[in-house]
Amino acid sequence: MLRRICTLAAVAAATALATPAMAQTSGGTMNVVIQPEPPGLMLGITQNGPTQMVAGNIYESLLRYDTELNPMPSLAESWEVNEDGTVYTFKLKDGVTWHDGEPFSAADVVFSADVFLRETHPRLRVSLQHVETIEALDDRTVQFTLKQPFGPFLGIFEVGTMPMVPKHIYEGTDFKNNPMNATPIGTGPFKFAEWEKGSYIRLVKNEDYHVEGQPYLDEIYWHVIPDAASRSVAYETGKVDVLPGGSVENFDVQRLVDLENSCVTGKGWEYFAPHAWLWVNNREGPMADKRFRQAIMYALDREFAKEVIWNGLGQVPTGPVSSKTRFYTDDVRQYPHDPEKAKELLAEMGYDGTPIRLLPLPYGETWQRWAEAVRQNLQEAGIAVEMVATDVAGWNQKLAEWDYDLAFTYLYQYGDPALGVARTYLSSNIAKGSQWNNVEGYVNEEVDRLFNEAAVAFPDSARQELYTEVQQILVEEVPVAWLLEIEFPTIHRCDVKDLVDTAIGVNDGFRNAWLDR
Amino acid sequence: MATTTASEKPQRSARAQAFADFCKRFARNKGAVVGLVILLAVVLLALIAPLLYPASPWQMVQRPFLPPMATEGFWFGTDTLGRDIGAGLAYGARISLIVGIVSTVVALTIGVTIGALAGYYGGYLDDALMRFTEFFQTIPNFALAIVLVAIFQPSTTSVIIAIGIVSWPPVARLVRGEFLSLRSREFVQASIVLGQSNGHIITRQILPNTLSPVIVMASLMIAQAILLESSLSFLGLGDPNTMSWGYMIGAARTVIRQAWWMSFFPGVAILLTVLALNLVGEGLNDALNPRLARKGR
Repeated sequence: MLRRICTLAAVAAATALATPAMAQTSGGTMNVVIQPEPPGLMLGITQNGPTQMVAGNIYESLLRYDTELNPMPSLAESWEVNEDGTVYTFKLKDGVTWHDGEPFSAADVVFSADVFLRETHPRLRVSLQHVETIEALDDRTVQFTLKQPFGPFLGIFEVGTMPMVPKHIYEGTDFKNNPMNATPIGTGPFKFAEWEKGSYIRLVKNEDYHVEGQPYLDEIYWHVIPDAASRSVAYETGKVDVLPGGSVENFDVQRLVDLENSCVTGKGWEYFAPHAWLWVNNREGPMADKRFRQAIMYALDREFAKEVIWNGLGQVPTGPVSSKTRFYTDDVRQYPHDPEKAKELLAEMGYDGTPIRLLPLPYGETWQRWAEAVRQNLQEAGIAVEMVATDVAGWNQKLAEWDYDLAFTYLYQYGDPALGVARTYLSSNIAKGSQWNNVEGYVNEEVDRLFNEAAVAFPDSARQELYTEVQQILVEEVPVAWLLEIEFPTIHRCDVKDLVDTAIGVNDGFRNAWLDR
Repeated sequence: MATTTASEKPQRSARAQAFADFCKRFARNKGAVVGLVILLAVVLLALIAPLLYPASPWQMVQRPFLPPMATEGFWFGTDTLGRDIGAGLAYGARISLIVGIVSTVVALTIGVTIGALAGYYGGYLDDALMRFTEFFQTIPNFALAIVLVAIFQPSTTSVIIAIGIVSWPPVARLVRGEFLSLRSREFVQASIVLGQSNGHIITRQILPNTLSPVIVMASLMIAQAILLESSLSFLGLGDPNTMSWGYMIGAARTVIRQAWWMSFFPGVAILLTVLALNLVGEGLNDALNPRLARKGR
């Protein structure tokens, strides 16, 4: 018997269509800032932030996700999973065409996932290791057969993780050097028009888009403005309508939001759920003592950092899993701001005042101020802290070589602990030379076991149980000091409607966005 | 004062008389006196900083972005994190003066040594040392300082060393010039005839006679060093653990339109200190080189 998730999705889609908040008007040009200028727009090959922000309009994947991370139809109109969670069957939407007029079919899906992205997309490649075969049953049906259940599987069909690329253009070519990479062809709501390097990228409406009547906008200009202050000015003078998250300094946000006809939202980061923490080098010095790490948690005034440095956006995390990510639990030890408690713990372990080094993240003013506030918090609890000045290259190197005591970072969670959380705590993931793995050197066999079992457990209730347990252990042991669930503010004119309505926000393309002018 | 000691110790009396003359000539330059007063005020501020502000200047004491004069006790307002700008100014004075003075001492040590050797011995040694000096002079000061600090990791020590290294060439050239002209004077010839060693002649006979222009230059170099330190800190290349004026301006730059006071007060502090040092330098010049000064009037 097959579990039918598709009915639910269909109902959700129907209600969404049945209750339009306002009558959308078509037409108009949207001006958006893109920072920094992307290296390329072929999303299958380049997956960094700015590329996806622009190319999310050009390419699509099988699914989209609402802000609760529930899958919604995109190129797939329905999907089924067998009852032991190993066979996923997707029914593709009818009448979808590529921007060059060729029809989109199941063969494109198989080519994209099994051939193209396996070669070019390191993050997806890891998830696809759980997949035995990808087959096209007919022109509109694709079946993924897994080696064993893989909990996060339905979460890997986001456009940046699995963008559909045209088989008729790429089959048999050298993917990375295909000249068509300069003029990307997708199925998305907007088509690539021109790219004036160093100045702007222009996308135009896809008249043959597979959703009737959409998109509403005629064209989108992505402006390349290298200086943060100039980006603020461009918004103030009305040159641009949208400042995506991270394109202006946090300290400028309030001033820009206070302008007339200016709105801000922290939504649209639920899928990535950027989670900021302090790496704590568990290997050496006082940091090897659990009580010292707990003392750090008590010493930090995380509420202050959220309110003052991040303008109140975001949320103070309870542990390793973001509250926006699946299988989150708040049933863990709590660490309120309590310097006295921190001092007690330090006295109990006999901390001798050994100075420890703090490595800020060299990503601009916000992070520098944050590091200063953290240093002050720790000093007030009696921990001697010295800040180390560094640049991006130095930061990367020091972390990769484990040459640090405390260091700032933030990482994406991709909706599921198996994709974005486990990598930081698994002892099998300790390896010099990378700053994205278990950099803190935390080793706990029980945690390893729980994470590994939870990744392949089925159904979700079994996974929740395992993840709850692992979160409780980790929060007790504090392998790293969690600081903030970051929300990057998207600032936009209030008459830009329906800009952010999915879990990846501006990165998901502007297919629903319209201008109320 | 001079009269009482005159009969007993004639030599001291001559010195005291010289000092009184010096003071008189210095005082004649009103600007220099104003400069000296400002400078003493800054030094005093640096000395009593811990008494005025017992808490660390990094401590977040009030709500952020508090305008100046808005709250009792926070005359200069607070910054992005709610730290007291006043405390920052007081503690910033310390680091500015320390860096200014110590790096000038470093630069003088290098510059005077090289200049003296080149000027006294002449010949190939002079050529070699002067080419070496020119090599440093051709590299823009600030660019070299940035490179040095970046290589050595920003800290107070590395900033001092970097500023010292980039500021010595003018000293070397000045001292060399003085040595060249003094070397052929009779008192030096006499010393050689008396059989004094080269080291003795350099340090005891010639060097004291070159000091007046060096002192004038040193006072201007301190001002220069304070500016350099502020510029480095502004760019984020200062010691991240020390509150300095340049850092305060750098951190305030992004919010200058919301909070003018955050960059204004440290800016004024730098302006006043550097101006004071320049005025004092000019006064010293008048006092130490009376003939030159009178020509100017």
